[in-house]
Amino acid sequence: MNKLMMATAATALFAGQAFAAAHTGDVKIGIVLGFTGPLESITPAMGAGADLAIAEMNEAGTLLDGASVTAVRADSTCIDAGAATAAAEGLVTGEGVNAIMGADCSGVTGAILQNVARPNGIVMISPSATSPGLSDAEDDGLFFRTAPSDARQGVVMTDILNDRGITEVALTYTNNDYGKGLADSFQAAFEGAGGTVTISAAHEDGKGDYSSEVAALAAAGGEVLVVAGYTDQGGKGIIQNALDTGAFDTFVLPDGMVGQQLVDDIGDGLTGSFGQFPGTDSAGAEIFQTMAEEAGFDGTGAFAPESYDAAALIMLAMEAAGSNQSSDFKDHVMDVANAPGTEIFPGELAKAVELLKAGEDIDYVGATAVELIGPGESAGNYREIEIQDGEITTVNFR
Amino acid sequence: MEFLNGLVFLTNFVIIPATAYGAQLALGALGITLVYAILRFSNFAHGDTMAFGTAVAIKITAGLVALGVTLGPLPTALLALPIAIIVTGLLLLGTDWLIYKFYREQKAKPVILVIVSLGVMFVMNGLTRVFIGVRDIQFTDGARFVITVRQFRDATGLDEGLAIRTTQAITLVTAVIVMAALFWFLNRTRTGKSMRAFSDNEDLALLSGIDPDRVVRVTWLIVAALATTAGVLYGLDKSFKAFTYFQLLLPMFAAAIVGGIGNPVGAIVGGFLIAFAEVTITYPLKKVLTYWLPESMAPEGLVQLMSGDYKFAVSFMILIIVLLFRPTGLFKGQSI
Repeated sequence: MNKLMMATAATALFAGQAFAAAHTGDVKIGIVLGFTGPLESITPAMGAGADLAIAEMNEAGTLLDGASVTAVRADSTCIDAGAATAAAEGLVTGEGVNAIMGADCSGVTGAILQNVARPNGIVMISPSATSPGLSDAEDDGLFFRTAPSDARQGVVMTDILNDRGITEVALTYTNNDYGKGLADSFQAAFEGAGGTVTISAAHEDGKGDYSSEVAALAAAGGEVLVVAGYTDQGGKGIIQNALDTGAFDTFVLPDGMVGQQLVDDIGDGLTGSFGQFPGTDSAGAEIFQTMAEEAGFDGTGAFAPESYDAAALIMLAMEAAGSNQSSDFKDHVMDVANAPGTEIFPGELAKAVELLKAGEDIDYVGATAVELIGPGESAGNYREIEIQDGEITTVNFR
Repeated sequence: MEFLNGLVFLTNFVIIPATAYGAQLALGALGITLVYAILRFSNFAHGDTMAFGTAVAIKITAGLVALGVTLGPLPTALLALPIAIIVTGLLLLGTDWLIYKFYREQKAKPVILVIVSLGVMFVMNGLTRVFIGVRDIQFTDGARFVITVRQFRDATGLDEGLAIRTTQAITLVTAVIVMAALFWFLNRTRTGKSMRAFSDNEDLALLSGIDPDRVVRVTWLIVAALATTAGVLYGLDKSFKAFTYFQLLLPMFAAAIVGGIGNPVGAIVGGFLIAFAEVTITYPLKKVLTYWLPESMAPEGLVQLMSGDYKFAVSFMILIIVLLFRPTGLFKGQSI
């Protein structure tokens, strides 16, 4: 009887501890990005962006009264929904992560949301999934993105083309959720504004020969070629082939195509091409770039600032809720991201935690002037870029 | 003038790329057809043999460039090609000794050898990736163009331009040399004749004193030469990525089968047929017709038979049509 009492007491004690640990113990954030696959050249900077926010928070050491934050990485592959689901499932059930920063590509993000995040009730904040389809996806209030929907990018791209006086374009897109979504939203916006899309042709990634695709695009004609693809896949092959055959001289590069690697590989031929990717002229962007430089990575890389913001939002929402459980803090993500409250820039995460502890409101601005709208996605600020002398140069903000 | 413009446009976007692509497919299909004729199985590992050979050539090229050895206007990879062929040949001989020999001695059915080659394919797949990685690698150097679009326009005064890449010219020249050498070897030399005899009737060949092991060895070495050459030419013309070589397997098999598998002439014709079909059937004729037809008849739409998405389907359609009417392929090959 005595023993039974002891055992019961011990169990209660342990259970109590476990319960407490679950709420205020250490925090694990899963970083699910395509470290292999079509985006493998831009994901290192994205991962580094998230790590930077986590390191900053750990240095302050004040989150949830002294919880330390660890990042656990997993590979989304960008294209293989099965592999991405398995990787995310491993993070949730094996590593016991409290939230997921990811995924990167729209297709795998949708798969992880439906197969892992919703069944397990885990919050997901994606820095780069831009498919318009994700705006209407069932998410139980668990899914957010610091990247804008491509419906917005299509409008911005149309504005840029109009300002440059271009009325006739040929369009090619990578044959997946991202490419198709962006191509459709752009075509609708561009034709709505009175422009002509001479041809909208898909291309498959992972092939060597793109001569027939380029032949079709050249035959249809157009002043410029819009390439909604990836920097190290079909997008690059199409541009190389189009330049060699003299089919097009100028290319419009949406977010997936903006990367220094592409400029280095293609060389002079890309001079004068232009495009846009999410970015702002808010003070936050520059602060972030300085921080990134000190940390030793490229802060201008596509979606690196969004990744910092996604990781920061997860941690600040936890602080606002006073819990690291997704079910508790999912309702606080919008609160910390939007006004009213004190504006928080990169490098001020410690200050944000103090304000939240004092019971004050914060308005997280971060590196990309975060403003979450509607179903929890970024309102969308874009950086208009042009390739000049082998460099990606920012010419305007929209 | 209008007619010439249309012709130049068509040549630039259809004829030149399809010819280069066709030559690369033909060389690949020749390797497949030789294995089928002499060793009597469909070698699924052929695409990855090409990838491995190319990977070796890239490493050697990098070494040569580091030593300061280049070929001037020609790509240095051509210099690395012979060594890469030898290394690939050794790999194939090793594979044969370790794997295929066992099944040959068992007199295994062709279908078993096909599955075995599928296994070999996966191993080679991994081997290449471990050896050189999965990245996209460009290893062409020297002059990029024989003639650029601008040079052509300035020289002829036409509106449309024409570009010929150095790699496209090299592809054609090398392909012609390799094919000529192969036919000379098969038809004129003693070893070549013994290989053909072995292919026609194995038992009769053995009775007349032909050494089967020697025939097998020589076949693998020729296959290594063909695969490495095709792979290097393709990689020079486009870029090297292990995955794209695996994807080449489909059009190469289509080429070999359409031409008549086991028949070298058929493989060459098949290669060009598939390449031209892939490019022309999905090609919109709008711009060419605008040049060629009187203005009143100029087309409004794209005049495209099929959207580019169906490119892969084209090879298979041709394959099915040919097999329906001529089961042994266009040139009399062996039936499968």
